[in-house]
Amino acid sequence: MGLLDARVSNRNVLVTSVDNVMNWARLSSLWPMGFGLACCAIEMMATNASNYDLERFGIFPRSSPRQSDLMIVAGTVTMKMAERVVTLYEQMPEPRYVLSMGSCSNCGGPYWKHGYHVLKGVDRIIPVDVFVPGCPPRPEALIGGLLKIQELIRMEGLGISRQDALKKLADKSVDPQQAIDQVRKVAVTA
Amino acid sequence: MDKGMEEAGNQMSPAVQQSKTAYDIIRERFGDAISEFDANPTMPFFEVLDIARWVDIAFYMRDNSLLRFNAMACLSGVDYPAEEKLGIVCNFESIGHKTHKIAVKVKCRRDGGSIPSVSCVWHTANWHEREAYDMYGMVFEGHPDLRRILCPEDWTGFPLRKDYQVQETYHGIKVPY
Repeated sequence: MGLLDARVSNRNVLVTSVDNVMNWARLSSLWPMGFGLACCAIEMMATNASNYDLERFGIFPRSSPRQSDLMIVAGTVTMKMAERVVTLYEQMPEPRYVLSMGSCSNCGGPYWKHGYHVLKGVDRIIPVDVFVPGCPPRPEALIGGLLKIQELIRMEGLGISRQDALKKLADKSVDPQQAIDQVRKVAVTA
Repeated sequence: MDKGMEEAGNQMSPAVQQSKTAYDIIRERFGDAISEFDANPTMPFFEVLDIARWVDIAFYMRDNSLLRFNAMACLSGVDYPAEEKLGIVCNFESIGHKTHKIAVKVKCRRDGGSIPSVSCVWHTANWHEREAYDMYGMVFEGHPDLRRILCPEDWTGFPLRKDYQVQETYHGIKVPY
């Protein structure tokens, strides 16, 4: 799994690829930009706070887009805000990641039809790596999304484009129904 | 007051009766410039028929020692497509002086109509009138700073009108779902 789980020889030598080390460093210190747009931001803050403690993943919100490598779009993106979101995204240094949190930023949410002022999905203006469904998603769901981002980073490497990494990630994913069935079967037999 | 009205008056709740008393004071001063009293149990109201006198009525309501409506609790916009009109509904209270409340309706033409601004009477009206303008498009004459307040300044149309159709794109971004 992680780099530290690899066997270290008794001479304290660890043999691995540069890609691995780089990815491990980047995924272990994901710094999201500290900005929230609506009620999802409350859940995001709860996730950052001591109960769910994102710091154990090395995730710590930054107040400047220049210092952050992850944008959590937490909430309703209005048409007025959309251009500001693009500006903030452009100010982030590469490699950067975007997590769309909640129904509003995924697809417009409850404002999909009559919400004239709401952008129907933040992926219309910036590329999104991971979508987290929910209204708003619970902290567990957000953590799930952040772990997906970490997995995505793990898939990356020299000469592998973001598209390829996303494809690798999609190929690796399991059918949730299977997982649910398996858990259910264990619960029934126990 | 004839007998029928007196009976109706007796059926009014104490709160509505208070509003009626306040209304009578305004009616005495402005006569036919305002409509009959509507004893709506939720929010008793009257309509300003001669809207050119709306600012005078507003000053009178605020400054008369028996009325002292010193607080505009809310100003809402309304679209009346059947009547070809736009309107506002203002809710007034008298904080710290009286316990009475009343609502006032003011209407104007739907296309290119205007309503005198009362932002010089109650400062609360400043942003509320901007919001009503933003959503419905009626002009408030004499408003010091009549700009959109919620929508972007270059937005097309007035979103809360009944016949509003959302624009296809905004700055190159698709707007409808």
